[in-house]
Amino acid sequence: MSQTLGVLARFENPAELIDAAKKVREAGYEKFDCHSPFPIHGMDDAMGLKRSPLGYIVGGMTLTGASIGMGLQYWIAAVEYPLVISGKPFFSWQAFIIVTFALFVLFGAFGAVLGMFHLNRLPRLHHPVFYSDNFARATDDAFFVSIEVEDKNFDEKKTQAFLTSIGGKDVELVAGE
Amino acid sequence: MKFDNKTYMLLETGSFARKAIIVGVVGLLLSVVGAFMDHAQFFQAYLTAFTFFTTIGLGGLFFVLIHHITGAYWGVVMRRVAENLACTLPFMGLFMIPLFFGMHDLFHWTHAEAVAHDPILQWKAPYLNTTFFIIRNIIFFVIWAWLARGLRKLSLAQDEGDVSSLAKMRRKAAGGTVLFAITVTLFAFDWIMSLDPHWFSTIFGVYVFSGGFLGALGLLSLLANMLRNNGAGEIITAEHTHDFGKFLFGFTAWWAYIGGAQYFLIWYGNIPEETIWFIHRWEHGWKGVSLFLIIFHFIVPFIILAFRAAKRIPVLIVSIAILVLTMHYVDHFWMINPTFNDHHFQISWMHVTTLLGMGGLFIWWLFWKMASAPIIAMNDPKYQKSVEHTVH
Repeated sequence: MSQTLGVLARFENPAELIDAAKKVREAGYEKFDCHSPFPIHGMDDAMGLKRSPLGYIVGGMTLTGASIGMGLQYWIAAVEYPLVISGKPFFSWQAFIIVTFALFVLFGAFGAVLGMFHLNRLPRLHHPVFYSDNFARATDDAFFVSIEVEDKNFDEKKTQAFLTSIGGKDVELVAGE
Repeated sequence: MKFDNKTYMLLETGSFARKAIIVGVVGLLLSVVGAFMDHAQFFQAYLTAFTFFTTIGLGGLFFVLIHHITGAYWGVVMRRVAENLACTLPFMGLFMIPLFFGMHDLFHWTHAEAVAHDPILQWKAPYLNTTFFIIRNIIFFVIWAWLARGLRKLSLAQDEGDVSSLAKMRRKAAGGTVLFAITVTLFAFDWIMSLDPHWFSTIFGVYVFSGGFLGALGLLSLLANMLRNNGAGEIITAEHTHDFGKFLFGFTAWWAYIGGAQYFLIWYGNIPEETIWFIHRWEHGWKGVSLFLIIFHFIVPFIILAFRAAKRIPVLIVSIAILVLTMHYVDHFWMINPTFNDHHFQISWMHVTTLLGMGGLFIWWLFWKMASAPIIAMNDPKYQKSVEHTVH
C-alpha cells in the first residue's frame, strides 16, 4: 500500500535553489528542506533557519563536566578517603584544576558531537526522499526542494503546481511503502 | 578620521595624532620630572609601560607572521593594520635606550658587590651581565624591526602589483616565527624574569607572549571597529570583529592556561626558591591584584566572549577590548612591581604618566604609519574572499 510522503522538485543551480527556498518559505511552508551536493552560502537565511542552539548545549555540558570533575575529586580527597599528600590540604583545588579542565573540555566535545547528531536527527538510515529515483542526483549535479506531507499547507496538487510555478523541474510525488 | 574608498587611504588622522602626541609629550615630561624626584620609582614605572607596549607590538608582529604561514584569508582586510602595529617595534626600541641607564636601579644582578657574595649570580653571570644584556636586546629589536618593516614593505609592493611578494612574505614569516619565539622568550627572561635573578620559570616567555598577543588582539579589535565606523564598513564588517572576538576568547583561555601551568608546577613542587615569586604576589597587600588579575583577565572576559553578541555588537567589542588592554597593563604591573615592593602594595603617579607618555607617542606613531600607506592590502589574492567572509 502506497503512502504519499511529500513532493520533490529539482532546480538547476545553487542560485535557483536559494531563490526557490525563499519563495517556498514566503508561501508559508514550514516542513520543507533543500538538498544540494555541497553547502551553499546564504542557504540558512534563505530557508529562514534559526541559529543553532548547539552552543547552549555545549555550554551546559562544559559546566556539568567541570562540576563533576571538581566534585568527584573533592568527594574522594576531602570526604570519603582523605589522605595527606605532600603535606597539602585535603581539598587542594589547585591540584584538581587539571581534571576539572579536562572534563570541562571532554564534556564540551561530547556535547558538541552528540548535540549535533541529535539536532540533525542523526543517525538516520532512511529518509522518504530516497524513494525518488531522481534524488540520487542530489549528490552529483542536482538541487532539490522537498516539502513534506505533514506541512499544514500541503496539498498534493497545489503544492506540485506551486513548485512548478517557481521553476521546479521533475516535480514528483514521493510515495513509499 | 576618514577612510577613502577609492585609494584605501586613511585620511584626516591629523587631529587625533596631534592629541596623542600632546598627551605623549606631556606624560613623558612629567615622567622626567618624576625621574629626578625618585629615579628608582621612575624606572620601575617606565619599565612597566615599556614591556606593556612592546609586547603589544610583538603581538601585532605575531599576527602578521601567523597570518602568512597559515594562509588565512579572513584577516586579509586587517593585515595592513597589524603590519603597522608590528612597525611600532623599532619605535619601541628607542624607548629601550633610557632603560639602559636605569639598569642599576632595576636589576639586582648588576650590583657587583652583590654578585661577589652570591654563587648563584656568579654562575649566571655569563648570561646576566650588563654588556651582553645590552647587546642582545639591541639585536632583538633589530630582528623585530627587520621582520616588521620587511613584511610591511613586501606587502606594500603587493599593493603595487608585485605578485612575487606573497611567496616572499610567506618565506620570511616561516623563518620569522622561529626567530620570534627565541627572541620573545629571551626578552621576557631579560626584562621581567631577571628582576628577581634567583627565580626562574621556563614557561615565562610563553606567558609574557600570551598576554602580549591578547593585548594586540584587543587593540586590533578596537582599530577594526574604528575603521568600520569611519567609512570602511563595507570592507571590515561584523564578521571580522567576530573573528577577532573568537581569537580573544581563545587567547583569554590560553593566557590563563599558561599562567595556570606556571603556577601549578611551582605550587606542586613547593620549593621555597620557586614559590617566593608567587608569595611576593600574594602577601603584603598584593593578593588583591592577583585576584583582580584572575577575575578580570580571565573569568569575566571568558564568560562574556562566549556569547555571540559580544563579538558583533560594536559597543560590546569596544568595552571588551578596553578591558583586555587594561588587564594587560595590570598583568605587567603585577609581574614587575611586587619584586621591588614586597612589603606593601604600591603604585605611583609615575605609572600613570609613563603609561600616558609612552602610550601617546605609541598611538601617534601607529596612526602616522597607518595613514602613510593604503590601510587595506587590497591586492592580496585572498582579499575579495576576506571581504565576503562570513562567520558560521
